[in-house]
Amino acid sequence: MTMVNHLINGLSLGSVYAIIALGYTMVYGIAKMLNFAHGDVIMVGAYICFYAVNQYQLPPVLGILAAVLVCTALGVVVERLAYKPLRAASSLAVLITAIGVSYFLQNAALLLWSANPKVFPLFFTSTRINEAGERVVVRNLEIGPLSVSYVAVVTVAACIVIMLALTWFTGRTKLGKAMRACSEDKGAAQLMGIDVDATISVTFAIGSGLAAIAGVLLCNMYQNLVPTTGSMPGIKAFTAAVFGGIGSIPGAFLGGMLLGILEIFAKAYISTQLSDAVVFSALIIVLLVKPTGLLGRPVREKV
Amino acid sequence: MNMKKLLCTLAAFAMVLGLTACGGSDGTSGTGAGETAGTEAGNDAGTETAAFMVGATGPLTGGAAIYGNAAKNGAQIAVDEINAAGGVNGYAISLRYEDDTHDAEKAVNAYNVLKDWGMQLSLGSVTSKPCEATSAETFADRIFALTPSASSVATIDGKDNMFQMCFTDPNQGTASAEYISSQNLASKVAVIWKSDDVYSRGIRDTFLAEAAARNLEVVSDTTFADGNDKDFSVQLSDARDNGAELVFLPMYYEPASLILSQASGMGYAPKWFGVDGMDGILTMKGFDASLAEGVMLLTPFNADADDERTTAFVASYQERFTDIPNQFAADAYDCVYALKQALENASATPDMSASELNDLMIQQFTTMTFDGLTGSSMTWDASGAVSKSPKGMVIQDGAYVGMD
Repeated sequence: MTMVNHLINGLSLGSVYAIIALGYTMVYGIAKMLNFAHGDVIMVGAYICFYAVNQYQLPPVLGILAAVLVCTALGVVVERLAYKPLRAASSLAVLITAIGVSYFLQNAALLLWSANPKVFPLFFTSTRINEAGERVVVRNLEIGPLSVSYVAVVTVAACIVIMLALTWFTGRTKLGKAMRACSEDKGAAQLMGIDVDATISVTFAIGSGLAAIAGVLLCNMYQNLVPTTGSMPGIKAFTAAVFGGIGSIPGAFLGGMLLGILEIFAKAYISTQLSDAVVFSALIIVLLVKPTGLLGRPVREKV
Repeated sequence: MNMKKLLCTLAAFAMVLGLTACGGSDGTSGTGAGETAGTEAGNDAGTETAAFMVGATGPLTGGAAIYGNAAKNGAQIAVDEINAAGGVNGYAISLRYEDDTHDAEKAVNAYNVLKDWGMQLSLGSVTSKPCEATSAETFADRIFALTPSASSVATIDGKDNMFQMCFTDPNQGTASAEYISSQNLASKVAVIWKSDDVYSRGIRDTFLAEAAARNLEVVSDTTFADGNDKDFSVQLSDARDNGAELVFLPMYYEPASLILSQASGMGYAPKWFGVDGMDGILTMKGFDASLAEGVMLLTPFNADADDERTTAFVASYQERFTDIPNQFAADAYDCVYALKQALENASATPDMSASELNDLMIQQFTTMTFDGLTGSSMTWDASGAVSKSPKGMVIQDGAYVGMD
């Protein structure tokens, strides 16, 4: 039974990684760049939602909507200002710029919102009447001996919906096809009349909007919000995306889930001190055996 | 991400190098580099406003900000009281706190700012990690330092001019195990500690040693670290599955608040036992204080005590800062009064240099006996550790109440 509970905890942690990894993989798959600032966009989204709900007393739904809108705009602006001028530059230059943007966002948050930790409000709860006749807030869904938190259920569901929606979007819509075309060959796509810059902007908008949702869900699971909240989950989610095959949407989902479960199991059955080492070693092993990740497409080098 | 780490480390190195370099040039002479620093940082400053320059660093923002602000406020109350009553040997005390955000590099940066300002006596840093960094500086610069609350052994280890107002970490671990076993609070305990924090590790190590000596069975011993400090489901289920009746939490209140909230989410309700880092959990904004109900902690200060000095201090703190003072405030308050007593015993004046004051203070602190809010008849040994006994407290109805 303990093991099943660990599995559930792993799935809920994994679903947070997966939802962040979807944003990473989306941007990488289309723009072919690693947006290291993704984790910090998550943090910005969480702060926006926190202030919308706490300061302006908006209902959680509007708070999430505000976070998505602000992050979408932020993603587009960052892409326009920081990444677009480097479209022709080497990928290393873009990578370093992304790290710079990441630090910029963290320090801007430090200035704007101070480093004092915020306790994020819980959105997904139910109430029941206890023996003493008082209304108590319940955070977990009890199924027999198992206990799953509502936020974990919501996160897994959101994750699956987003994955399916993205798969449909990139596979079936006109804009999605344009994105895939850009991803395969930017030059040829341009010759076919696709506006490459606009397509990449839309990609960033979608990725950043997803980041806002991920931020709200992350902070609902672990109710502690500081300017560095996004950095470690961001790195883990990046690992998850690589694990599953970066650029592949189902791969990000699978990688995130596996990484979450692996982390919890490593903590429970190997050592709480070594859990991160185990997780990253697993990544190394996967990359040695299958360099493109679990679901990644092998890319033939054109000569 | 390796790239990110590497860059980060490089940037940190560059900053530290830059800082120590300029710190060194200011310290060796006031004539060479840095004229601005030379004029006001000269040790014989005080021609215009003869006052004892007391400086300190602490986390005024960031995850440990509650401690830094409490210490700053407590020290400020003491300074204002002393100045209003005629000062020390007729001279006022000038107090300045700089923010270190509980970060060693920023603490050294802040320390250099204070040295430029002309600091003669230091209240060290508020938390252990930064204080280990600044105590190396005060030791090298021969500036006497008395920290209110940096409790790790390494803070005072090998430094003859570094003294503590709080008990050291080993002391806290031993006292906690002693308290749990003598009060029969539990026979099976779990420990969750932060493996990359000297403070947490120091307490946990001595706690385990003392628990073994007292037949207290430690059934679960799990860790977390920076970047891995959000999910405690495994640690908590390990404690629960091994039948721990009490969970010992040698850590600061921020991860502790997540542990309490996650334990409540999974329906696990053992007894909780914290150390001085737990102090402050009730003043955390947005934290559901009912989760901390029944949490026990050891602290040297009880704001509910009804002796005259404590009630006066609590009243004046509440009036000025609207909060109930925690032990960090009381420790800092005591620090200022201990300095006053030592300065008066030594008939020191502000025109003495920092190193002259340093020698006088070492002599005084190793021989004097001090009565404060956080203990009576305190004495210090040559290592800089204080002798005093912690008090057990429990959180009841959202307030700290003495257990004895």
